[in-house]
Amino acid sequence: MRDLMAVTARPEVISLAGGLPDTSTFPPGTFAAQMTRIAQESAAEALQYGPTEGFAETVDCILQVMGAEGMLPDPDDVIVTTGGQQAIDLICKTLVDPGDVVVCEAPTYPGAIPVFCSYEAEVVQIECDEDGMRIEELEAVLSRLEDEGRRPKFVYSVPSFQNPAGVTLSLERRRRLVELARQRELLVVEDNPYGLLRFSGDPMPPLYQLDGGDFVIYVGTFSKILSPGIRLGWAVAPPPVMEKIVLGKQAADLCTSTLTQYFVREYFAEGRWQEYVASLVEIYRRRRDTMLDALEEHFPAQATWTEPQGGLFIWATLPDYIDTGDLLAKALREDVAFVPGESAYVDERGRSSMRLNFSGVSEDSIREGVRRIGRAIAEQVELYGALTGEHPLPPTPRREENKPGDVLPFRRSGEGGA
Amino acid sequence: MKVAVLKGGRSLERSVSLRSGARVEDALERLGHEVVPLDAGSDLMTRLAAERPDVAFVAMHGPGGEDGTAQELLAILDIPFTGPGVAACARCMDKVLAKHELREAGVPTPDWFAFNETAFRELGAADALDGLGERLGFPLVIKPSRGGSSLGVKFAASRSEVPEALVSAFSYDDRVLLERFVDGRELAVSVLGDEPLPIVEAIPSGGDRYDFEARYEIGRTEFDCPADLGDEEAEAVTAAALGAYRTLGCSGFSRVDLILGEGGPQVLEVNAIPGLTDTSLLPQAAEAAGMSFEELVERILQLAQPAVTH
Repeated sequence: MRDLMAVTARPEVISLAGGLPDTSTFPPGTFAAQMTRIAQESAAEALQYGPTEGFAETVDCILQVMGAEGMLPDPDDVIVTTGGQQAIDLICKTLVDPGDVVVCEAPTYPGAIPVFCSYEAEVVQIECDEDGMRIEELEAVLSRLEDEGRRPKFVYSVPSFQNPAGVTLSLERRRRLVELARQRELLVVEDNPYGLLRFSGDPMPPLYQLDGGDFVIYVGTFSKILSPGIRLGWAVAPPPVMEKIVLGKQAADLCTSTLTQYFVREYFAEGRWQEYVASLVEIYRRRRDTMLDALEEHFPAQATWTEPQGGLFIWATLPDYIDTGDLLAKALREDVAFVPGESAYVDERGRSSMRLNFSGVSEDSIREGVRRIGRAIAEQVELYGALTGEHPLPPTPRREENKPGDVLPFRRSGEGGA
Repeated sequence: MKVAVLKGGRSLERSVSLRSGARVEDALERLGHEVVPLDAGSDLMTRLAAERPDVAFVAMHGPGGEDGTAQELLAILDIPFTGPGVAACARCMDKVLAKHELREAGVPTPDWFAFNETAFRELGAADALDGLGERLGFPLVIKPSRGGSSLGVKFAASRSEVPEALVSAFSYDDRVLLERFVDGRELAVSVLGDEPLPIVEAIPSGGDRYDFEARYEIGRTEFDCPADLGDEEAEAVTAAALGAYRTLGCSGFSRVDLILGEGGPQVLEVNAIPGLTDTSLLPQAAEAAGMSFEELVERILQLAQPAVTH
């Protein structure tokens, strides 16, 4: 499958496979002015090493971002990292020994799996539904592990607009998860790259806020609210854990890029970062709506998908006789790509699902891309029908077909949902 | 010599091809040639016409680069190129066509039936599946006619698994073949010029021969070269491989994949332009024959097709 993903990088391919934010709307003039100011006023410092924990000024910016979601961490608990990805890596490096159990969602962030695996963790995945991770299943797994005399090192969750499923952990489940962590003295790693990218519905308190930072380690990033190219993320952890993370960071790369930290400092000093995030939210909201409309129009009746209230991704599930890894090969013949669901699982699950990104491509490309994928799926559905004598369901009307109570991993939310 | 290395392209084997190409470029530079790397895209003709290389080293895999397409373009431009010519590439890429030719020439290949999508959609071929299962037996191998690296190759353990496997295989090509499964040792014979190289055996360490994915996961397959075979066995395997190579009209170099079962060797397919990465089988076989990668590349260059192929 990795080989197929290499083909998706061809320029003529409409790629709904990436996790890319749209950086084309960032004003080049602003970028040029800030970088020029850094060059003229602080060249020597900006080209120098920096502290392992990151500059205090960067941490101030991080506090502003976290404050926008109601979090008030102690600045000493924050470390600046080379993207959120490094934060996940450093947390694993600090906490995970070979054979340790790490619990995460099913599906989970595909980029986290290689990290867990490289530290030889045993990954246990908990099913999600439209309200995120099923906490009752988590409780059952924790109890089973306890009976076996094992304790997970942590529970990894992307609670808001999850990558890849697009679902959001409900408030009730958030409270329950934090409570469980406290009762069982269990660490939770909250990865929240998308929290500020909400298009609809009420904001949800992050786990870190509900918990107060005792059992929740927080991972954040500037990638989705500013730029992934600057590779700036952070982790927030209580002092004993943070000390080890700092040692790990020293070993990994000494410090995060000074230059890009200077850039963020300049950018935040303008005081308009929230305006930029608001403009992204508008763009992404339209793109999500375009994708949902296109899915409705072009995907066959047997397909289901999530309706995210924010973030970058929609997760679609097809009939179980369709392998989305093979479907990708067919889609690539039509110059369109997505991420096969298998990459979000450590086992064989997800083979009939796919992750679709709506943030990184234009509305026209979304419509065309979904149309082409829909046609490829329709051909497979029709072929399967011809091979088995099972004839496909009529394509319309969809809304009546998915009645509440349908047993689907991701039931589409109701009319009032998104 | 000025050598253009054609690599990449838009086939699903693009990434393997980029690795093959990069390794060939390094070797050519060490050999003192002037190297022009070309990632095959819509500007390929223009760039070839502008560069006018003395020879093109085709390091492309899959449709577009290994099926005669790139070779035809090179012939039009009168540029000599490495590996088999247009017709041989076209025959090797299409497994159904290749199997017909092999059978006619008396080269052993497992029994098969081939269908295109229209047969199932419009001609009711699904009704024939029960009979086919009985004739070929289970497990049954289902694979796209064109394509490499075992992409889309599925095993159906029983009749009920056939439709899903067909849907997968048809994702890669509009023609698929259903082939009798032959239990045996997996062997590969690379041929250089007209000379067979030592036989490579692929030994899946997990023990599950049905899992073709095992081949491409590091550590799950071990390679043994030269394969541990008796003289008679080795002779039969080499004869079958050379028979396939010649029947399909290959020249320069190619790799023949076979299964050695109880009834002797059976040819599965011929790869017109096999992988040249550091884990590929042809370089391993060359090494076992005492050839460095540079020597292999130089030899392939010497064997290049003359400028006009037809």
